Amino acid sequence: MLEPAIALNRFGLGARPGDTPPADPKAWLTGQFSRFQSRPQALAQVPSRSKVIAQLADYNAEARMTRQTKRQMQPASLPTGAPMDDSKKQADPLRRYLRQAIRDDYLAMNSARLASAVATDNPFAERLVHFWANHFAVSVDKLPVIGLAGLLEFEAIRPNLFGRFPDLLLAVEQHPAMLVYLDQAQSIGPNSQVGRFAAMRAGKQRGLNENLAREIMELHTLGVRTGYSQADVTEFARALTGWTVSGIARGAAARFIGGGDDGSFRFAEALHEPGPRTIMGKSYPQQGEAQARAVLLDLAASPATARHVSTKLARHFAGDDPPKPMVDRLTAAYLRSGGDLRILYRTLIDSPEAWTAGPLKFKTPWEWSVSALRAVGQTDADPMAAAAMLKQLGQPTWQPGSPAGWDDIAASWAAPEALMRRVEIAQRLASHAGSSVDARALAEKVLPGSLTPATRTAIARAESPQEGLALLLVSPEFVRR
Amino acid sequence: MLTRRFFLNASGAAVAALSMPRMAFARANTDRRFVFIIQRGAADGLSILGPTGDPQHESLRAGFDQDLATGAKLDSFFTLHPALAETAKMYAAKQALFVHAVASPYRDRSHFDGQNVLETGGSSAYQLKDGWLNRLLGLLPPADSKALAISDTVPMALRGNNQVSSYAPSKLPGPSDDLLQRVSALYEADPQLHGLWNEAVATRMTAGDVEAGGQNGAAIGAIAAKLLSGESGNRVAMIETNGWDTHSGQRGRLNAQLRNLDQTVSALKTGLGDDWSNTLVIVATEFGRTARPNGTAGTDHGQASVAMLLGGAVAGGKVVADWPGLSSAALYEGRDLRPTTDLDALIAGAPTQHYGLSGRAMGSLFPESRGRPLTQPLIA
Repeated sequence: MLEPAIALNRFGLGARPGDTPPADPKAWLTGQFSRFQSRPQALAQVPSRSKVIAQLADYNAEARMTRQTKRQMQPASLPTGAPMDDSKKQADPLRRYLRQAIRDDYLAMNSARLASAVATDNPFAERLVHFWANHFAVSVDKLPVIGLAGLLEFEAIRPNLFGRFPDLLLAVEQHPAMLVYLDQAQSIGPNSQVGRFAAMRAGKQRGLNENLAREIMELHTLGVRTGYSQADVTEFARALTGWTVSGIARGAAARFIGGGDDGSFRFAEALHEPGPRTIMGKSYPQQGEAQARAVLLDLAASPATARHVSTKLARHFAGDDPPKPMVDRLTAAYLRSGGDLRILYRTLIDSPEAWTAGPLKFKTPWEWSVSALRAVGQTDADPMAAAAMLKQLGQPTWQPGSPAGWDDIAASWAAPEALMRRVEIAQRLASHAGSSVDARALAEKVLPGSLTPATRTAIARAESPQEGLALLLVSPEFVRR
Repeated sequence: MLTRRFFLNASGAAVAALSMPRMAFARANTDRRFVFIIQRGAADGLSILGPTGDPQHESLRAGFDQDLATGAKLDSFFTLHPALAETAKMYAAKQALFVHAVASPYRDRSHFDGQNVLETGGSSAYQLKDGWLNRLLGLLPPADSKALAISDTVPMALRGNNQVSSYAPSKLPGPSDDLLQRVSALYEADPQLHGLWNEAVATRMTAGDVEAGGQNGAAIGAIAAKLLSGESGNRVAMIETNGWDTHSGQRGRLNAQLRNLDQTVSALKTGLGDDWSNTLVIVATEFGRTARPNGTAGTDHGQASVAMLLGGAVAGGKVVADWPGLSSAALYEGRDLRPTTDLDALIAGAPTQHYGLSGRAMGSLFPESRGRPLTQPLIA
C-alpha cells in the first residue's frame, strides 16, 4: 500500500469512491483532530439518556413488583385499584414491552453509530472512537446495559477523544453504563451507613463489589499482572463505594442515593466506606468522591498504564505483535505529556512502523462492514438489518461478552466460517447495490495503488457487476488493512 | 427457419408499419403480461440452440455438444438442448420462437459493460442512466404497467422514473456456486486465506448448504406467476438468472442452468393458467461465447447468441435467423458467432407488437439506436 491508501484504509475506515487520496497523508490525519465532531448529524437523533433511564427505572420497578407479588407479600405502597392477581398477570406483558423499548434504543444507537462511521469525513477520528469504546468495553448481555452502552460512547468517549486520558478515564468510570455494567452502582461499603443498616438485618447481606475496581486496574489502566495485589483491588473497591447512578438503584439503597432520576453520576455518602485507603503503597486520606478520583488519577499517571494503552494503540495500527520501539515511543510520549491524547496520536502517526506497505491487520467484522458500506456508498442501513449483519459476522455492537472487549488480533477473526459469512454478506451488499456499480472502477478508487493484478482480473472476469463487487469486498486486500 | 432472404423480404413490412397512424399511449387495458428474463454471464447460444445443420458444426463442436444428439430437432438446421424439454413442447405448440445470431450493439467482451448495454438499451456502457424496461412502462396504459423485479433490488433494466417494486423470497440464497469457486481462485495464492477458505467450503459441502446452481428455478417461476396474477396485480416482471459464464465444465453446468430456466418458464406457464395466452416472455443474454471450445471444456466470451420469445402470445414454432455461418471467415474476429440480428430490434419489436405500440416506441426504448423494430410476426 502507498501512504495515501494507508491513511485511508489503515488509519481511516476505508476509502469511499469519491475520496481523493490525501496528498499529505499525515496532515490529513492530524487535521481530523480539529475537524472531528463529537456529535455529528448521524448521532443527532439517538435516544436521550433520560428516556433510556426512565425505561430502565420502569422496568426495574415492574420487576420488583413481580418479585414482591411472587413472595405473596402485600407491599405497603401497592398502586390502588389493582388486585394482586391482576398485577401478577399484567407484569409480564409490561416487562416485555419495556424490554422491547430498551432493545429499540439499542438498535437506534447501533445504526446511528454505523451511519456516523459510514458517512464521516474524519474516519481516523471515528476509528479512535471505536478503539476507545472497545478499550472501555461494556456488554449488552446485561439488560440494564442494553440501552446505556451506546451512551457511554456518545457521552463519555466522543467528547474526550482529543483530550487527556485521565479525563477520558474519569468520564467513562462515572458513566451510568460502566457503573451499572461492572456492578459499581450497587457496591456498598460494609461500614457505610447503609452497610451497617443492612448488616443488622439478618439474611440481607449486601456489601462490597470489587468488579469495577478490578477491571479498572486490569483492563482500563495498569494492565494485568503489573504489580497490584488483591489487597489493592479491595482497597480500591472500598474507595469507589458511593459511586453510583441516580434513578436506577433498587431497594433500600435507592433511598440513600437521592438526587434526581435522570441517570446521572451520583456520589452517595451513605454507601461510602469511611476512612483512608492504602493502594499500591500510597495512602489516600481523601473524603468522599475525591478519594477514588485521586486513585484514578494516579492510576492514569502510572507508567504501567502508559505502556498498556500504548501497546494496544500500536497493536491496532502496526500489527498484532506491536513493534517494541514504537510502543516505547508512545509510552514515553504518554508519560511526558501526562496522557495528552493528541500528542499520543501524533506520535502514532509519526511512527514509521504504522506505515509499512504490506497489510498489517486483518479487519474485524465491524471494520470490514464499515469499509464495505463506505465503498458501496450505502449510508442508510435499516436498524434491524444493521444489527443482524454484525451479529451474523460475529461482532454484535457493544456485545463483546466481557469487559475485556473484542480481541484485536487476526487469529480471533480470520476463521473459516467467518470468511464464509463475509462472502455471504458481500453478496447481499453487492446484490443490494445492484448492477449500477462498476466494481472495476470502484476497486481502483477504494484500493488506490494496492489493488493486486489477481484481484483486478478476478473482478473484471466476474459474470455480473454484482459478482464483481462481491469479489472486491472479500478480496485479500479488502479484508485486510 | 427464416433465412436471410426472408429477412430482406420482410423489410417491406417495416415501411408499412411506419405509415400506420400513430397510436395514443393511453389506451384500453390489454391485460397482457410481459416477463423479461436476463441470463447474466453470457449464455452460449451455440449450445442452447445448436446449428447442427451447419456444415462446420461437426468440426467445431463435435464431442463438445454431445447433449444435442438427444435434443429436439426444431427444423432441418437447429437442435434445441435437451435440458429445455418443456420449452421444446412450447415450440411444438407454437408458443416459442428463437432468434439466433442475435446481439446487442455492444462489441466488446466485458460482462459488466455488456449487461449494462443490454439493460439500459444504450449503444455503449454507462451512457444511459435508466433501463429500457422502465422506459417501456411509460408507454403502457397504467393498468398494464405495474412492474416488479423478482430480486431483492431493482435491476438496471427496470430502473428509472417509472415506479417499480421488487420482491425476493425472504430467505436469501447463500453464495452461488460460481461465487464460491471464484473466491477459491481469488484466495489461491494467499497463504492465510487459502487454507481457511478451503475448510469453510468443505464444511459447507458437508452441511449440504450449497445449492447446486440454484435449483429453485421452479420456485422463482411460481412466485413470478403468482405476482403476475390477479385483477390488480403486476403485469410486467423481470427475472434475473446468473451462472451462465461457462469457462470450464460447460456441459454439466449448462445442463443445470438450462434445466433451471426450463423449470422457471414451465412454472410460469402453469402458474399463469389462462393468462399464459396473453403472456410474452423474452429471454436474453449480454453476449454469446466463442464458437470453439477452450482448453478447459468450456467457452470464452464471444458475440452473438440466441434469444427466446416464449408464451401463449408468441407467434411461435419458428427460428428467426439470418444465419452467418461458422466457417473461420464467417466468424466475428475469427472466433465468435457473427451478430446478424440486432437484439435491440427484437426487444423493441416484440413488445411493440405485444402491446400494439407505434413504431416510434423504438426511439423511446433504444434512443441511441438507428435500427427499427423487427416487423415480422413475433406476436400471434
